[in-house]
Amino acid sequence: MILLAVKIAILCMSIAILGLIYRLIKGPSMPDRIIALDAIGINLVAIVALVSIFLDTNAFLEVILLLGILSFIGTVAFSKYLEKGVALERDRDL
Amino acid sequence: MKPNDVILHSVTKVAVFIILTFSIYLFFGGHHNPGGGFIGGLSVASGLVLLYLTFDIETVRRNIPVDFKKVAAFGVLIAIFTGASSLLFDKPFLNQAYGYFNLPIFGKTELATAVIFDVGVALAVIGTAVTIILSISEDG
Repeated sequence: MILLAVKIAILCMSIAILGLIYRLIKGPSMPDRIIALDAIGINLVAIVALVSIFLDTNAFLEVILLLGILSFIGTVAFSKYLEKGVALERDRDL
Repeated sequence: MKPNDVILHSVTKVAVFIILTFSIYLFFGGHHNPGGGFIGGLSVASGLVLLYLTFDIETVRRNIPVDFKKVAAFGVLIAIFTGASSLLFDKPFLNQAYGYFNLPIFGKTELATAVIFDVGVALAVIGTAVTIILSISEDG
């Protein structure tokens, strides 16, 4: 029973990622694509959690936190590049 | 006009502690669980990259006065010397040993010499990743 629910949830997450990939390809502006990429990261976290329920293991729980961290850092880097033109500044106060 | 990054600065000051704690957990959990030196070093490097992104390179260099090229070299040296130290006990190169000890706080704990090799791997990964990111950020 729980496995069927997990399968349905994984299917829904896959459909959500497909919609986000549409936005990633189509998106007219760059911030659209960045937000689509961030949301794909969050959906991947959900899929990893569901797969670890499906396989009945807790070996993938580190992957969840790591994906969250990497998705956050990637989004911050992209947004800073869009706003200021550089990702890493030499000296902010100059 | 100076840009106002107060939300990013406040979030980073909290999140960097969580990322570094998680990387230490990944490092020490590597013997029996997923994790180890490589991913522990990479997540430390990603925490440092978040600091470099939020603040600027000079500020982080002033507060963490570490030359990351030397960190990478030091890590490789640690890995080589732990491998070579097994030659002193008439064992082959890169041999390892472990034992159970009664530590004051932790109780019965398994200590392995593979952890010292992992420290070397982690330091080499941190040094290499941060050096690459800092050197490709040089403009002009």
